[in-house]
Amino acid sequence: MSEPMIELRGVSKSYNGRAVVGDLTLAVPRGALCVLLGPSGCGKSTTLRMINRLVPCDGGTIRIDGEDALRPPVEALRRRIGYVIQSTGLFPHWRVDDNIATVPRLLHWPEPRVRARVHELLEMLRLDPRIYAGKYPHQLSGGEQQRVGVARALAADPELLLMDEPFAAVDPVTRDALQAEIARIHEATGKTIVFVTHDIAEALRLATMIAVMDRGRVVQSGTPLDIVERPASDFVRDFVGVQGLGLKLLAVRRVRDRLQTGEQADGEPIDAGATLAEALAAMVARRVGRLAVAEGDGRVVGAIALGDLVR
Amino acid sequence: MTADGAAEPWAAAPRLHNRVLPVLVLLATAAATAMGFVVIAPNRLLPGVGVPLWQAAAAPATAGFAAAAALLLTLCWVRPRGAVHYGAAAVAGAVLLAAPAVAGASAAQLLGSAPPASVASLAGGFWVVGGCAALAAIDSLQRAQAGAAVQLVTAAVLAGGFLALSRIGAFDALSLSREYAARHDLFGAAVLRHAELVAAALGAAVAIGVPLGLAPLRRKRFEAPLFAVLNLLQTVPSIALFGLLIAPLSGLADAVPALRAAGIGGVGPAPAIIALVLYALLPIARNTVAGIGGVSPAAIEAARGMGMTGRQVFWRVETPLALPVLLAGLRIVVVQTVGLAVVAALIGAGGLGSFVFEGLGQYATDLVLLGALPAILMALGADFVLRLAARAMPRRGAA
Amino acid sequence: MRIALKTPALWLGLLFVTLLTGMPGLSPVFGWAFPRVRPAVFDRAGFVELFLSHLGLVAAASTAAALAGVAAAVFATRPAGRDFRTIAALLAAAGQTFPPAAVLALAVPALGFGARPTVVALFVYGLLPVVENAIAGIEGVPEGLREAAQGMGMTPWQVLRRVELPLAAPVILAGVRVSVTVAIGTATIGSTVGALTLGTPIFDGLAGNKLPYVLQGAVLVALFAVVTDLLFAVLARRLQPADRR
Repeated sequence: MSEPMIELRGVSKSYNGRAVVGDLTLAVPRGALCVLLGPSGCGKSTTLRMINRLVPCDGGTIRIDGEDALRPPVEALRRRIGYVIQSTGLFPHWRVDDNIATVPRLLHWPEPRVRARVHELLEMLRLDPRIYAGKYPHQLSGGEQQRVGVARALAADPELLLMDEPFAAVDPVTRDALQAEIARIHEATGKTIVFVTHDIAEALRLATMIAVMDRGRVVQSGTPLDIVERPASDFVRDFVGVQGLGLKLLAVRRVRDRLQTGEQADGEPIDAGATLAEALAAMVARRVGRLAVAEGDGRVVGAIALGDLVR
Repeated sequence: MTADGAAEPWAAAPRLHNRVLPVLVLLATAAATAMGFVVIAPNRLLPGVGVPLWQAAAAPATAGFAAAAALLLTLCWVRPRGAVHYGAAAVAGAVLLAAPAVAGASAAQLLGSAPPASVASLAGGFWVVGGCAALAAIDSLQRAQAGAAVQLVTAAVLAGGFLALSRIGAFDALSLSREYAARHDLFGAAVLRHAELVAAALGAAVAIGVPLGLAPLRRKRFEAPLFAVLNLLQTVPSIALFGLLIAPLSGLADAVPALRAAGIGGVGPAPAIIALVLYALLPIARNTVAGIGGVSPAAIEAARGMGMTGRQVFWRVETPLALPVLLAGLRIVVVQTVGLAVVAALIGAGGLGSFVFEGLGQYATDLVLLGALPAILMALGADFVLRLAARAMPRRGAA
Repeated sequence: MRIALKTPALWLGLLFVTLLTGMPGLSPVFGWAFPRVRPAVFDRAGFVELFLSHLGLVAAASTAAALAGVAAAVFATRPAGRDFRTIAALLAAAGQTFPPAAVLALAVPALGFGARPTVVALFVYGLLPVVENAIAGIEGVPEGLREAAQGMGMTPWQVLRRVELPLAAPVILAGVRVSVTVAIGTATIGSTVGALTLGTPIFDGLAGNKLPYVLQGAVLVALFAVVTDLLFAVLARRLQPADRR
């Protein structure tokens, strides 16, 4: 096993004598998308902000990529780490392209390279550069602003991305699209991402690992399935087992992940990109236990059975 | 410093908790040491020689100031809580009262051994010490988060102490007191005239400015031109506006003798009041628009829904809800008018400005002060009282 | 240029310059209107000379006040200076209740007659609105922006220079505008303490009962102030967040 990308050991922080984070230990493997999950006030944001030292930690060690993160000049450290916050933090007096170019310019990249990178990122975030590069943040929708925020965080190709409840302020439809975008970017770039949220569905959809936090400590960390199936404490069970969680899980998993390739079934095939909830609905409506599965081009690729939904 | 702090029993790790107070104390100490505290001049018009505090005042007085400075510096290292802040405020307030008393006593002492026509005036050192003490007191009260009642009591205690000191003749030797004594009757009349100018202008400005401010609320297109004009009026310097009014008014008075008989002419109170009203219109109209316009539409709709007439809605709902904003406008206007009325003395309107400009003409500093200090106190006092009034008003969600 | 044409600044500016240079040409008009005053136009000093002196006083004092005021506000909003924030804001607010004429008069005993007390009084008084607005402007920058800037690795100086000051600029400019307007008016009164300004004809006229001088000075002072304010309005429109123009 290679060295973890981020390693927090015995980290603590208190304000006015009240411990917000106490003796926290956490290792995030390279390439993981680690979600810090917990109720508000559990210290997840503080923990995130100690990684890029926006909050100075009182004790413990933080290592990033094997190096002591508390050692280098704070600005140099932060320029290597992408940072996305809920309020987007886009500079209202700068155009979209200048906002995205912030860190590359702080790093004195040559201007042609900055421009090429901005172009590339706008396309990666599916924002047409000809339309969006010259706009000001207030001319964008909330979802577009947050896309620009993500593009800005990725601009200098940081090895690590920190996201602090980035999608909490956007409407559910936009949030769904942004989550899909993050999942895609994570898959495509293989960057290590630490993502703070209190939304269990968001965590289950995105995470490769979840660290559930309560009162300044990590109470359980593991894969999403571990957390759901083997909660380590009543707190985790209560927090994760919020009402309708089963249905939520079905709503975030795709048929593609569960289908049995090459199997056959009767009837109209269901799209491989549909959610498991949609598959269940179709089974109930048609009173069948199996559905054929087709890709977007109509090619039947396999089948999914009722039992596969709960696998 | 560390050694000092370690000696304090209550401070395990001594830390400077208040950085404002040391700056003020050091500034005041430097001024008291290096600058004159009182100036002794051979007569009223010639420049004099400054005498620093430690030479001018009796030894116990100097020691008292030094002790106050040391006490204030010590308090900066104590962990802050209410009692510490109030203590600092009390010490600073005592310095504020003691400074003029000591200056008066020193003046009497120094004049005793000076030629007969000599005069003693307050010098730079006094003003710096007094200013720093006032700021220290205010800052400490702010830190203690003192409420309106405490502020009012503090102001009353200081004013009372000052009046009592002046009653027992503590300031008699200072030439400011002598100027006052020489113009005792004129002074009362000037203060009164100043207040009359302000009151007359204020009454007229409210009578005109509020309807002006209501107009754009009924018809939106009035707003831009109205405020463009009022804004421009506000930028015209006072003396220019006074000057521009002289010619038409004197022409009018020449043409209509009845006006002249009524005391209206090119110079005097008439052009002054007209100009003061013109200046006051902007803040009043602007705050009327902001205040009445800021009342939540839901409140108005609810009132209408309950069957109130337009007039009832205005008086029972809109006006009370807008009152804090209207009061803020009034405060701005009073402060501004008190200041502008000083300049009105130049066109013969009288008031405290007449002492200021007479003093400037004679190069008599204390005569300038005799006009300027009451004007400043009047402005500060009005600001203070109207701020407290606005704060005392229950918050009812007006924008 | 289109902006300049749309505002009256250009036309009033032209009128101002015309009157400034052409006032002696109006001598017959004033002579006819005020037959008892000779010469009919103020001639103790040229109006252009008076204007330049007036402008010099205001420019020197206001520039210094703007720079020092912004510096003070920046200090009061840094972690190191936060302790002084309350007292600075308070001083700025309370100081503005002092009548400007009184401040000017009080500067005389300390500094003597002439241009010096005027410049110093203008400077001290001009500081206050700048400090007040600059503190408000800098504190008005949303905390999220400051955090985003820090989070991306800007140094404190870069945060100030690239984020805080540009965003606070419109509010700071409004403070400078107030400061300059007050300075023009107070400098006019500076004539009573020996400064040479466009107020000089007014006071000569008032003292010698020569109404045309009062009128000539007053019109020019008023135009000077109004044109300056209109120029600030143009500047404010320029400075407005580029996107919202």
